[in-house]
Amino acid sequence: MTVYSEIDGTSTKFRALAIVLGGVLVAGLVAATYMEHFGHYVTGMSNHIVWGAPHVFAIFLIVAASGALNVASIGTVFGKTMYKPLGRLSGLLALALLIGGLAVLVLDLGRPDRLIVAMTTYNFKSIFAWNIYLYVGFIAVVVVYLWMQMERRMNRYARVAGMVALLWRLILTTGTGSIFGFLVAREAYDSAIMAPLFIAMSFSFGLAAYILVLLAACRGSERELGDVIVQRLGRLLGVFVAVVLYFTVVQHLTNLYAAEHIGVERFILLDGGIYTALFWIVQVAAGGLLPIALLLRSPPSDRSTSSRRVALACALVIVGGFAQIYVIVIGGQAWPLNLFPGMEVRSTFNDGVVASYTPSLPEIALGLGGVALTGLIVLFGLKILRFLPATLANSSLDPKMLHESSH
Amino acid sequence: MSVKTNIPPATKTFDPARRSFLGSAVAAGIALAPGVFLYGIGTAKQVQARSLDEAASSSVRWGMLIDVNRCDSGCDECVTACNTENGLQGHGRPETDAQWIRKIELRDPASGRQNSLPVMCMHCEDAPCVDVCPTGASFKRPDGIVLVDKHTCIGCRYCISACPYKARSFVHEALHDQKTHAPRGKGTVESCTMCVHRIDDDRQPACVEACNSKGGGAMLFGDLNDPDSEISKRVATYATQQIRADLGLNPGVRYRGL
Amino acid sequence: MSVSRYAFAASAVVLAGLAGLTAATGDVPYPDIPKGQGEACVADTEFMRRNHMSLLMHQRDETMRKGIRSKQHSLKECIDCHAVPGSDSIAITIEDPKHFCRLCHDYAAVKIDCFDCHASRPERKVVAEARTK
Repeated sequence: MTVYSEIDGTSTKFRALAIVLGGVLVAGLVAATYMEHFGHYVTGMSNHIVWGAPHVFAIFLIVAASGALNVASIGTVFGKTMYKPLGRLSGLLALALLIGGLAVLVLDLGRPDRLIVAMTTYNFKSIFAWNIYLYVGFIAVVVVYLWMQMERRMNRYARVAGMVALLWRLILTTGTGSIFGFLVAREAYDSAIMAPLFIAMSFSFGLAAYILVLLAACRGSERELGDVIVQRLGRLLGVFVAVVLYFTVVQHLTNLYAAEHIGVERFILLDGGIYTALFWIVQVAAGGLLPIALLLRSPPSDRSTSSRRVALACALVIVGGFAQIYVIVIGGQAWPLNLFPGMEVRSTFNDGVVASYTPSLPEIALGLGGVALTGLIVLFGLKILRFLPATLANSSLDPKMLHESSH
Repeated sequence: MSVKTNIPPATKTFDPARRSFLGSAVAAGIALAPGVFLYGIGTAKQVQARSLDEAASSSVRWGMLIDVNRCDSGCDECVTACNTENGLQGHGRPETDAQWIRKIELRDPASGRQNSLPVMCMHCEDAPCVDVCPTGASFKRPDGIVLVDKHTCIGCRYCISACPYKARSFVHEALHDQKTHAPRGKGTVESCTMCVHRIDDDRQPACVEACNSKGGGAMLFGDLNDPDSEISKRVATYATQQIRADLGLNPGVRYRGL
Repeated sequence: MSVSRYAFAASAVVLAGLAGLTAATGDVPYPDIPKGQGEACVADTEFMRRNHMSLLMHQRDETMRKGIRSKQHSLKECIDCHAVPGSDSIAITIEDPKHFCRLCHDYAAVKIDCFDCHASRPERKVVAEARTK
């Protein structure tokens, strides 16, 4: 029987972290107010790159939110007993990531004061409108799911809640990918593969975020975390990273085959400057191949080294994930629209020209503010309610689980 | 939060007689200036001056036909006219300043042949911007004009991403002294309205008027649903194209000589 | 712990009392609203004061979505009539606290959204002296 308890939350470490995160959050709010008051001309976004750094942060957070819930699903829906103690933190993190991402998205709107309009007036042909429902609904679904897990009398309903949550987030992430996939106009987006690519990314980024938070929470509250769990999660992450690489390869290979898409592929893969560098060096090498090398080999016998290796891999996956979303969101917009196929074009509105973009300080501050909000929700969640098991040492695991893990 | 109110009769009723004067003047075909006539609005028979209280009808589909051969590379009267008419002020920031209509210079790399043409909102029949707008602020009027309802626009810019013609702009700064007939504001999206305020007043879009009076006479405006209108007759006679017709959006703006 | 709880409750009561007192003594003077230029053409003053927001909400959709531009309910006509001249006979904009809409909206502390997009003074800008009540 797993014992959960609140973290102490009175140590200097805790207070320092809370203050730092609080400061970053305030900076994000100031940035949002600044952008809203003066208008978006104070940012690096323009009529050609309408979605910038805030959206990269927001989409990363939202995609990771959906994937962070995976750990809980594996426990309650798929019945893997080793994961069951990890479920509550998974729910908390999913909630925190989604709220952080949503906050950034909403605060970047041209008219954030019209949030009520956005939540009451819907055009159901728009995948964006569906996403608003899916995101808000996700919060409700996860809250219920957590309740089922945490309230002993409701534990028998946890499986059903878990299945609902699983389906919900698959639809949600499909919706998020489809925001791009449905855009016929943009050569970098218009593709059915965007949805499954986003699902794969969510599994990968979400799990990486989860592992890091688990490691940090146990380390910070001085609770033991055995290497069996860390290794198991790490190997799973390795598989997810490989799947993301697979979908990325398919996406680009397919595009390369079509003559009409050679231009945009050349841009991303070869001569797009920052986008090409981010793609190959950060996304593929640092965020893909290196983590796989770290995670899928047999772990060292030294426990702390193995945990550090997994933590490094997670950090690389997250950085690579940011790069991937940057290339998708901003690279995809930078490539000019092709109104006159085969012709050279020139105009006063950047036709035929690769659009330039430099993230501005307010945008980055807003994005980081969202991350800070996520951090604060997790930090105070752990303190107020019993999300974290008292121990996750190898010895606390059911011998049956250990037997499972060796398969 | 709409309150059903019974509006009591006004203390002074509005005089409809003023409206009919305008209607008859257009039907006759008035001269704007010596030698310059209202171009292409059609015969008197077909002009049904829509009264102010009448809703726009789907029996009409407004469209434009642009003759690329008559469009001169050095001329941008249409752009100037649009900017003046709608109060588009440049702020010296070309990346973020609004542009509703622009001249595109084309060059065929194989033959070296060059062309120039204005591009604005295509007012598509199946507009992607209308499909993707989460609040329905981007919409199509029954008579085919695609507009942004700034009351409902939340400024998410998704429609700007969705438009294949890069027709839309986002207002990046606070605006002052907007034209009373062209409201526009910070944080909302905007694009060419085909001068809907002029169309509803039985006039031509500003770009068309300017092109015909000061430019090369390349632009024609009219009702694509009316077989007797000048534009329909030309579309039926000459070969005309739509930009990116392959996308299946059926734009209301057509080009001849592309 | 219980001391701070009582202190909190006490200060909340005091603040509420002060707020009520302010309202009762009326620190903010009732605005001096100038009469419009023309005759009332929509409805009588009392009706307009209570319901102009509903009329605006309804009419904006009629005009925007359907293209109905009846003069009686046109925002342009409202602004034309209710334009307030500045010292130089030029109509003032919403930035000026003497703007017709601001007089009541400032008093009632209700934010106006319209003039982010709509021009707050008529196109013709030069306005005759507004009639006072």
